[in-house]
Amino acid sequence: MQDPARAYWKANLRLVGLLLIIWFLVSYVFGILLVEPLNSIRLGGVKLGFWFAQQGSIYTFLVLIFVYAVGMNTLDRRFGVHED
Amino acid sequence: MELQTLIYLVVGATFLLYIGIAIWARAGSTGEFYVAGKGVHPVANGMATAADWMSAASFISMAGLIAFSGYDASVYLMGWTGGYVLLAMLLAPYLRKFGKFTVPEFIGERYYSQTARLVAVVCLIAASITYVIGQMKGVGVAFGRFLEVEFETGVLVGMGIVFFYAVLGGMKGITYTQIAQYCVLIFAYTVPAVFISLQLTGTPVPQLGLGSELVNNGTYMLDKLDAIITDLGFAAYTEQKGSTLNLSLLTLSLMIGTAGLPHVIIRFFTVPKVRDARYSAGWALLFIAILYTTAPAVGSMARLNLTETVQTGPVGEAGANLLYAERPQWFRTWETTGLLEFEDRNNDGRIQYYNDADPDFAERAREWGWEGNELVTVDRDIMVLANPEIAGLPNWVIALVAAGGLAAALSTAAGLLLAISSAISHDLLKGVLMPDIPEKRELLAGRLAMFGAIVLAGYLGMHPPGFAAEVVALAFGLAASSIFPALMLGIFHKRMNRSGAVAGMLAGLGSTLVYIFVYKGWLFIPGTNNLPNTAEYWLLGIQPESFGAVGALINFTVALIVARVTAAPPEHIQHLVEDIRVPRAAILTARR
Repeated sequence: MQDPARAYWKANLRLVGLLLIIWFLVSYVFGILLVEPLNSIRLGGVKLGFWFAQQGSIYTFLVLIFVYAVGMNTLDRRFGVHED
Repeated sequence: MELQTLIYLVVGATFLLYIGIAIWARAGSTGEFYVAGKGVHPVANGMATAADWMSAASFISMAGLIAFSGYDASVYLMGWTGGYVLLAMLLAPYLRKFGKFTVPEFIGERYYSQTARLVAVVCLIAASITYVIGQMKGVGVAFGRFLEVEFETGVLVGMGIVFFYAVLGGMKGITYTQIAQYCVLIFAYTVPAVFISLQLTGTPVPQLGLGSELVNNGTYMLDKLDAIITDLGFAAYTEQKGSTLNLSLLTLSLMIGTAGLPHVIIRFFTVPKVRDARYSAGWALLFIAILYTTAPAVGSMARLNLTETVQTGPVGEAGANLLYAERPQWFRTWETTGLLEFEDRNNDGRIQYYNDADPDFAERAREWGWEGNELVTVDRDIMVLANPEIAGLPNWVIALVAAGGLAAALSTAAGLLLAISSAISHDLLKGVLMPDIPEKRELLAGRLAMFGAIVLAGYLGMHPPGFAAEVVALAFGLAASSIFPALMLGIFHKRMNRSGAVAGMLAGLGSTLVYIFVYKGWLFIPGTNNLPNTAEYWLLGIQPESFGAVGALINFTVALIVARVTAAPPEHIQHLVEDIRVPRAAILTARR
């Protein structure tokens, strides 16, 4: 594999890794592991841990996928591997 | 207009729409039949994926599940949405770049092995068949409840409709009907939710209503719910009940399983480009999230409505329980279906609804003259089905909910049937048995396989094996422990070879099956389980439903070790992996 290909793949893995850390954080850490302590904080009428588990995590997932799509398209262009 | 007539009109109109689309979107080639000619717009594919994904269970049962399990039901909300993050970033764009028709086809080529392809076909068919039984049952139940026809007739009508557009149009017909079905089901789900949220909290957005104050007394909705149900001896709604380990593992199993379910993956083969596959996963999750973020509001508000209807004043005070004779109309309606049942245990003519399984509370309740919980049946499905009536909405909304439930069941069934028939006609027939079959005959074989799959699914829907409810755990377990790791390693680990992949798939699949069967009976036959299915017998306290994640871990580990000690994959396979990793196969030049 030539060097640019390796660099492209590395940049890809870095982006995915970062986004998956956030994915893990909002669901498993905020929604499950730290749900008790977070529940002492309130967001309006909802306990924060509960909110992450039933609302916040889903909104975050959504943002993550679109950030990924935009990020990868930028990466494709930078490395000249975009379609059309 | 009479409710029944209205339901027939609305459901009939949606069916005509689906049939019209089927005639317009006929498939002329295998490409159109399997992947809709790869010409579906990413937003349209997102919508179709959402309808494909959201089944009768999502539409009818999930809010009820949330209503009665409260916080613990979060695992389903996170599990069935978080899987799309994995799908979008780890699988969809690469499989689209590979550019073929089916999931086993990728596994077969990547691992240069017909054995691997066959193992994948078996996993796919097992996971999809178990899943489609539930959908056919859902169709029959929805028909039976709303159109007052026999269960079998309902399944037959559903089979007829699916037959028409799936056999005629293949993936192309299915895609465009799923878009229509999404619109019907999301409208039917959100309209009652908006009105209930308005009535209780004064905000028209259910997602905000969840955290708002109640209109009638100014306390927060969830605080009020926690207070009233703990007063009745139930665990608090927002409190965790299950073990942290099981909640985490179940969430992970559902996420990995979601990303590994073939009928979802093949939807991403239908978009024109790799970048479309990335965006399309985002659109799919957006359309799914509209329902999934509404469901917690529907569940909690329905629980509050139900509890407050029965418990009209302070718990334990005489006269604070609803007189049976004064029960509201929706209560009477759903009593006739048997989904709601009252039994006057202490003969006081009033309804007591509380947790008599809690010995301390049952003791206290006895002092008030309560002789046990009197709402002996509260089927969780009524939380969605009765919603429009509880909110006092007009009849056309009830008719819409009927059409929505049917749309959800039909769209998922069609997607699954396509995954099954393409595995048979493309992977088994063309891939293994008759490689030289001309396209016209393969298309015919695809249609025949679809027909066979519909008949089989319909038959199993009418005569569900006793384990129908159990097998959903199996479908996710299979997808998580066999298909997902094989796909992911095939893309992200260039050194992964045939021996590693096959050993990993068999190890993941085998361990998951054994773990489920040990507690639930071999092939789910009652009485053949080796250990009782209770927490003290589970390995490290892991429930069988949560084991898919562990199976996936076993798969990854075995595959990596075996691949390390066996020969590297051939040159052309390594090139294939390099090729699917970049959207355009051009030689990379640094342009920085």
